[in-house]
Amino acid sequence: MTNHWIDLQHSDVVLIQGSNAAENHPISFKWVMKALQKGGKLIHVDPRFTRTSSKAHVYAPIRSGTDIAFIGGMIKYIIENKKYFEDYVLNYTNAGFIVGEKYSFKDGLFSGYDPKTRRYDKSTWVLEKDEKGIPKQDKTLKHPRCVLNVMYEHYKRYDLDTVSSITGTPKDKLLEVYELYSSTGVKDKAGTVMYALGQTQSTIGVQKIRSLCILQLLLGNIGICGGGVNALRGEPNVQGSTDHAILYHYLPGYLPVPRSNRQTVEQYMDAATPKTSDPRSANWWGNTPKYVVSLLKSWFGDAAKPENGFGYSWLPKCDVHQNCDVLHMIDDMYKGKIKGYFCIGQNPCGSLPNSNKVRAAMTKLEWMVHVNIFDNESASFWKGPGLDPKKVKTECFLLPATANIEKDGSQATSGRWMQWLHKAIPNPGDCLSTGAIVTMLMHKLQAMYKKDGGAMPDGILNMRMDYLTADGKEFDALKVAKRINGEFERDTTIGDKSYKKGQQVPGFGLLQVDGSTSSGNWLCCGSFTADGQNLMDRRGKEDPTGLGLYPNWSFAWPVNRRIVYNRASVDQNGNPYNPARPLLQWKDGKWVGDVADGPWPPMGQEGGKLPYIMKPDGVASFFGPGPGDGPFPEHYEPLEGPLKQNLLSKQHNSPIITIFKSDMDKIATADPKYPLVLTTYSATEHWCSGGITRWQSWLNEAMPQVYIEISEELAQERGYKNGEWVTIKSARGQLDAVAMVTPRIRPFTIDGKTVHLVGMTFNYGWLYPKNAGDTCNILTTFVGDGNAGTPEYKACMVNIAKKA
Amino acid sequence: MSDGKSILVDTSRCTGCRGCQVACKQWNGLAAEQTTQRGTYQNPPDFSHQTYKLVRFAEGKREGSREPYWYFFSDMCRHCVNPPCMVASENNEIVQDEETGAVIYTEATKNIDFEMARGSCPYNVPRQNPETKVVSKCTMCFDRIKSGMKPACVLACPTALDFGEREDILKLAEERVAELKKVYPKAKAIDAEDVRVIFIVTDDPKKYHEFAEA
Repeated sequence: MTNHWIDLQHSDVVLIQGSNAAENHPISFKWVMKALQKGGKLIHVDPRFTRTSSKAHVYAPIRSGTDIAFIGGMIKYIIENKKYFEDYVLNYTNAGFIVGEKYSFKDGLFSGYDPKTRRYDKSTWVLEKDEKGIPKQDKTLKHPRCVLNVMYEHYKRYDLDTVSSITGTPKDKLLEVYELYSSTGVKDKAGTVMYALGQTQSTIGVQKIRSLCILQLLLGNIGICGGGVNALRGEPNVQGSTDHAILYHYLPGYLPVPRSNRQTVEQYMDAATPKTSDPRSANWWGNTPKYVVSLLKSWFGDAAKPENGFGYSWLPKCDVHQNCDVLHMIDDMYKGKIKGYFCIGQNPCGSLPNSNKVRAAMTKLEWMVHVNIFDNESASFWKGPGLDPKKVKTECFLLPATANIEKDGSQATSGRWMQWLHKAIPNPGDCLSTGAIVTMLMHKLQAMYKKDGGAMPDGILNMRMDYLTADGKEFDALKVAKRINGEFERDTTIGDKSYKKGQQVPGFGLLQVDGSTSSGNWLCCGSFTADGQNLMDRRGKEDPTGLGLYPNWSFAWPVNRRIVYNRASVDQNGNPYNPARPLLQWKDGKWVGDVADGPWPPMGQEGGKLPYIMKPDGVASFFGPGPGDGPFPEHYEPLEGPLKQNLLSKQHNSPIITIFKSDMDKIATADPKYPLVLTTYSATEHWCSGGITRWQSWLNEAMPQVYIEISEELAQERGYKNGEWVTIKSARGQLDAVAMVTPRIRPFTIDGKTVHLVGMTFNYGWLYPKNAGDTCNILTTFVGDGNAGTPEYKACMVNIAKKA
Repeated sequence: MSDGKSILVDTSRCTGCRGCQVACKQWNGLAAEQTTQRGTYQNPPDFSHQTYKLVRFAEGKREGSREPYWYFFSDMCRHCVNPPCMVASENNEIVQDEETGAVIYTEATKNIDFEMARGSCPYNVPRQNPETKVVSKCTMCFDRIKSGMKPACVLACPTALDFGEREDILKLAEERVAELKKVYPKAKAIDAEDVRVIFIVTDDPKKYHEFAEA
């Protein structure tokens, strides 16, 4: 989230698209309902009428996976009707910058595409620069190649008829949403976008979110109270695990993963550090080298020295274009390329797409170690449906882990609040925290390396792993928290202040490139003070701004800033655009309100800096280059869909996605055998694959068995009765479920034809309870977003038959 | 007797998350029922001696429109100001707490005429344990509110439930209904004068639940 949960109450219009917030983030509705009570309006755009829709002023049905068409139409509407917030767009975005002459877009493809590698050469996706290297701009917006005009040209094709034909949203609903939401494009109104997996779980997920960013920037809704692009993360500590790099393609603090073409730390840092020639741009990522060296110091301590590149060469490196996301991992596993697998706190056999392929992949392993608080369909895959345990060669281990209430540590909320939690009850039986399990494993590995040697020993032997408690029995989360914050690695004097070795670094502004500081994640620097205060543990309820920022409650990264890019909430002179909700104000030579995005004065004054400090040009970008599939979001169809041809271009699917080609990756697009669109989701009552909640009797009581939601029209056409069992089939597998016939799902008109949509949850599994059914992921397609690899759970094609 | 306590259930703010339903079972130590998926989100199907709080789900299409509606009715005992069910209580098997107004079914309800108790309740609330014959229902979390705590359902609710002094809750209900009436002409607080658990609805109560209104 750019903003935070409590801030939702300040919205004048809440747009929930790609999220069923009332069901999957119930507490968010505490704040949404407050916004509505103050006169705010709620729009819900979703394939199904859900508990969220039931509270909306406007509900707009949409065919799953077509959000870019929907939002592209809104971008067109806003530019055409000049509904954008002009002052913001001119000063804080690259709307007036000039796009290079060589950029083009034709037949659904941007310039620079190579069909052989399925990759773009981004060298034409650039802005024209003057002799000093500063982007040229035309603030009159008359230049035909200025970003706003090029963007309008791109979205001109997204007219109401085309958008309605793709999305299935009736034209009057599209207009109603466009009009209501764009009413926030004025200085004293705020619109917020709440999204979740409904946007990300798609082959074009990253670009869907970019389209929401473009929308919010046009309306001046980022950096302000009640605004923002707000990803709803949840109970699994998604925010914390992303911050600390649980994904393969970056290191903690959003530093890029090392690749084989960057062999030295200098090469790596040079490529990772953006440059600017514009003195008005803070270009905060210019500090990257300090964060890289401090990260390496946190891992390798004294062994990390300038002469060995601080141990950079010991890090494993991906090949230049190597993709190691979870789908590529499972595909490699299925091909027999992976011998062993550590699976910690996950249930891939229920939660990854094409479960039959995932379950088959597990049988190719020599060993699997599963760490979890309960048994699940992955830990016990070897006795799953259709498998003979005697014939499965994989040796399986299940290590019992403690649950979150049984250990100390931090959980980060969607609003980037790192909240410290205290162990409430002792470890049950011989359970250990995952931290202890990993640390003990590393100790064992280090001892074996010391004794016997092995491949790439330096990274293993030099890794600081002094993270167990004094008795050696558990994980010392506080010690890790201090090291994540960062410590002085030697006695150091900065300016007129001296720090002792081992003291915490007060903030990331003091992290150094010379190896005198360490920090396990620069974003968290400042969360643990030099005098030993754990700011994550704060529970102060003071609210000095009256806006619900609660600066003394926990610690929000970065530097306790509650709303990021907050300097975009003020005009050139530092006065709030909306005086009724003054997030920030320049008063008597300093910023008052939230922790400002940097100390510099407002733009209109000497030494003023542009507000988008993480962007090299200091402004937010409508025009990329950004993601690998285009400088603007473009609509492509889901890999498996009801249409033969994309209605917007000749390019049917995203041109950059990996198409997996194993014998288990069958795809049936526009195939009369599978005429129904399936979308998948989770219910309030269960969590993810149900790996925890299916062991809770009160939750099973409320949502006991697998079901498929279908429209009354489809039920009538096919003769299905509410409550009867049916069989659902896709090109990849089949399962049974109870038919839930409901007016909350209705047929779409797509390209002039009736298309039925059905929906299922992935909350169930064969292991427990016995009669509950299995996961809908038996049906879904094994394909992911071209940039992030997130599987396309939200759209595939199926058919239904009465249960035989 | 003072005015006692009241609970406000504002269905216009309820998202049907069922936190109240689970919180009720947790606090009262009530076992889960063996349920099946019957083609609805509503489960268990009805009140029972193991289910005092139940979110009822009602869906349909708005009159003259394709637009669906989905109503959530977090059903529970209304704790009537003058409880008709007490007609079945001859020897204080059912008691009304003077301070709070909570209507409490004691273990001794195993001796009362269950059909009379249930039949006299306009909201169809009391249920009997088929084995012990004890009749039971929501206690307003009597054991919590006597210690200054909120009822479990109210504590768990992120959006729709309020608990407090009856006069304050009546005032709150009046304000909310006045606000809602601007958009929903049918908005009302059901039987507010006669019950302590007051439901605000925005449509015909029958659309929410057969026994929503007396």
